Amino acid sequence: MNYIAEGVYQAFVMIITLNPDVVDITLRTLTITLSATLIASVICIPLGIYIAFNEFYGRKTLISVIQTLYALPTVVVGLVMYMILSNNGPLGFLDLLFTSTGVMLGQVVLILPIITGLTISALSNLDSTIRDTIVSLGATTGQFFSSMILEARFAIMSAVIMGFSRAISEVGAAIMIGGNIKGHTRILTTAITLETNIGNFSLSVALGIILLLIALTVTMIVSRFQQS
Amino acid sequence: MEIKNFKVLAILLLSAFASVMLTAGCTGTDGSAQTATPTATAEQTVTATPAPAETAQKEYADNELLIATTTSLYATGLLDQLAGEFMNDTGVDIKITAVGTGTALEYGANGDVDLIMVHDRARENAFIEDGSGTDRRVFGYNYFVIVGPESDPAGIKGMAPTEALETILTKGSGGAEGVKFVSRGDSSGTHGKEKALWSVAGYDYAEYEPVWVKEDWYVEAGTGMGGTLTMADEMDAYTLTDIGTYLKYQGDGTINLAELVNEGDDLINIYGAILVNPDKYSDTNVEVGKDWVNYLITDDVQDEIKVFGVKDYGQPLFFPAMGALDVLSPSGVTQDEISAPLA
Repeated sequence: MNYIAEGVYQAFVMIITLNPDVVDITLRTLTITLSATLIASVICIPLGIYIAFNEFYGRKTLISVIQTLYALPTVVVGLVMYMILSNNGPLGFLDLLFTSTGVMLGQVVLILPIITGLTISALSNLDSTIRDTIVSLGATTGQFFSSMILEARFAIMSAVIMGFSRAISEVGAAIMIGGNIKGHTRILTTAITLETNIGNFSLSVALGIILLLIALTVTMIVSRFQQS
Repeated sequence: MEIKNFKVLAILLLSAFASVMLTAGCTGTDGSAQTATPTATAEQTVTATPAPAETAQKEYADNELLIATTTSLYATGLLDQLAGEFMNDTGVDIKITAVGTGTALEYGANGDVDLIMVHDRARENAFIEDGSGTDRRVFGYNYFVIVGPESDPAGIKGMAPTEALETILTKGSGGAEGVKFVSRGDSSGTHGKEKALWSVAGYDYAEYEPVWVKEDWYVEAGTGMGGTLTMADEMDAYTLTDIGTYLKYQGDGTINLAELVNEGDDLINIYGAILVNPDKYSDTNVEVGKDWVNYLITDDVQDEIKVFGVKDYGQPLFFPAMGALDVLSPSGVTQDEISAPLA
């Protein structure tokens, strides 16, 4: 079992020499995942704010449903998206199956509940005196929202990071929607699956290390941001 | 306040950066693919950008071919090599998704790919008969083998394939020490071959399988060939495998299983390429698909198949179909299927 030592060495070599295959896969992984995170954030943060600050019928149930969907299995997302995007499916005409855009959409669906739910929690946890103070100072609705977001920005950012982490680490949806096509839809997780399947364990370990390094780097950048 | 504004600005900048990445990544071809500079160091690198167009190059209306294939053709590296050469010659972007025969047939039946390359004649015939596929060409074959622990606890070495399976069944269900069989259990081409062998041995798989899975000797892996081989290796069990994947794993030192049963016409493994029916799915790329299939049955490619893997594994992983009609015809392969180019 020297796969791990060999994998660490290979990862080192691949990073130092900027192995073109690895650079290609890594850039694609980042592009797809960052795009998915951005799109999901643009949808989820306003949605989360709306749900957090408005009383409406079924609100509690909705929040429970969103929280349950944190555990949405990636293969279920993959299967459903395959059926929708397939030539025979309702959105088949878009030709998104086996494309990186398709993979990105899958990731968006996967992380929508996480970012929405955690945004709701972040805002609900704000001290109600802060809310009252802002309102009593005569803030307009827009000012109210922007100051609430500013107050809760670290928690919202954590929500976004959680979404990013889930997206970059998932493999089920990416492989079912994207098909793991070299040069097009192959990302780090699906490459690891393939290399493991064809017995290249040390290469899998190496790619795994690169994946961990990316996750670590992104998280560190954001936490520095939070601390500054 | 200034610090806060700075943070908001930073968030905006980050978003803008991500948007740029987004547009680069999601419009048409992958922007990221071009940023990787291919070098001569990576032998198997297939460049994402096609080679500069030569004057003699054919102009295709659609410059992409999407192929769903069985894992063995891909995992051994054969398909990647052939695709790379075809891409260099024609500028066509060959996109390969390696999923196993069952899934590949399903993708073909849904019109999600242009072409499938699989190895299960019975289901291929059904695929063509129900109108999902049109022309099939046979470009190569090899043999399945039954592999197992060197110690061979059931004593099947050198037996006929069906006799070997029956022996494993009898000893395994009789509780003999260390007799186990790992099945793919995933409706792959290899799993299809296993079912066919049981049927030849006189066991209706649909009837017996539910009984066997409850016993200790029959293990269904539910995974690809590589995973199944690794599992059999860890469990010191027998399994049925295509020779290509086995030789790759054995040659790379990933597994340590012996080739025990490798003779018998029953074990032939025939690879076919089938175009998805353009009458059923109008967006099938027939033009490139035909050229690709015809490319597979050219002398050059057939010669290439003959020697593929010899350098690394001491023997070829596949045999060319051309000139092997006597071997293939008992399975229903015709001369046209081997050598007649698609018109």
